[in-house]
Amino acid sequence: MATTACFIIVSRNDIPIYEAEVGSATKREDAAQMHQFILHAALDIVQDLAWTTSAMYLKAIDRFMLLHDSRNDDGIKSFFQEVHELYIKILLNPLYLPGSRITSSHFDTKVRALARKYL
Amino acid sequence: MIGVGKIKQYSNVLEKPLSKGKQEVSLSAFAFLFSELVQYNQTQVDNIAELERRLEDAGYAVGARVLELLCHRDKGNRRETRLLGILSFVHSTVWKVLFGKVADSLEKGTEHEDEYMISEKELLVNRFISIPKDMGTFNCGAFVAGIVRGVLDSAGFPAVVTAHFVPMEGQQRPRTTILIKFAEEVLRREARLG
Repeated sequence: MATTACFIIVSRNDIPIYEAEVGSATKREDAAQMHQFILHAALDIVQDLAWTTSAMYLKAIDRFMLLHDSRNDDGIKSFFQEVHELYIKILLNPLYLPGSRITSSHFDTKVRALARKYL
Repeated sequence: MIGVGKIKQYSNVLEKPLSKGKQEVSLSAFAFLFSELVQYNQTQVDNIAELERRLEDAGYAVGARVLELLCHRDKGNRRETRLLGILSFVHSTVWKVLFGKVADSLEKGTEHEDEYMISEKELLVNRFISIPKDMGTFNCGAFVAGIVRGVLDSAGFPAVVTAHFVPMEGQQRPRTTILIKFAEEVLRREARLG
């Protein structure tokens, strides 16, 4: 199945700290910008929703955001959980400054592997 | 040496499992490291307020990480959205992981609505510390205050956190009180959530 998805992590100050395009569909040229635009617009919804529930997984969106066409809630949920775990590991590194960009290539490889596995 | 040889080597931090909790560190090792931290910072500053601020910043980085780790490890990926919830999280869960016990008390300030206090008879970082007279109100608890601020701030509850000595009757050593003063927006949100 040709699916396409775009995944970003946003820091608390609404600055994207990690972005990845995942998915197998042939890309339209403007897809990347389009995805970013939609995700950034979605941040507003996050802000409204975030304080009404204590769940990390908002069903819609969270600090980790994924834009997807395939409908596969369970897969997405486990994807988020595992990426969150990776994110904590990055965060625990004393040399990583919270809120700065994640540049680790290992992180990138792992996220992409997870995306292939779950999405 | 402690722990050398038994630790498995991982090629990358991302490979390391997260769930391994409850590892204790020797108190003397911690006390030594902490005293070095204080002494180093002392050489970098020329007044007490600055020294406390530096200790607090060191604690802040710890707090921000502790929050995320504990949310994952102990709370099954749920986060706290209510003021009392996050306070009791700090008072019990965070304290237990950092100091091996729950904090002695958690109280609401009597004079101001936005103030809360966490008190500890003998705070771990202050156990081997005695403050020279010429350093006035300096309190090494600033480090712990920083941790608390880090946790609260990262959880979305910005607050000003300070550490104070409070003399206790019938006891030689004063107890340490961590005073938390929440930002106005936190209280407004709290009122809105009902």
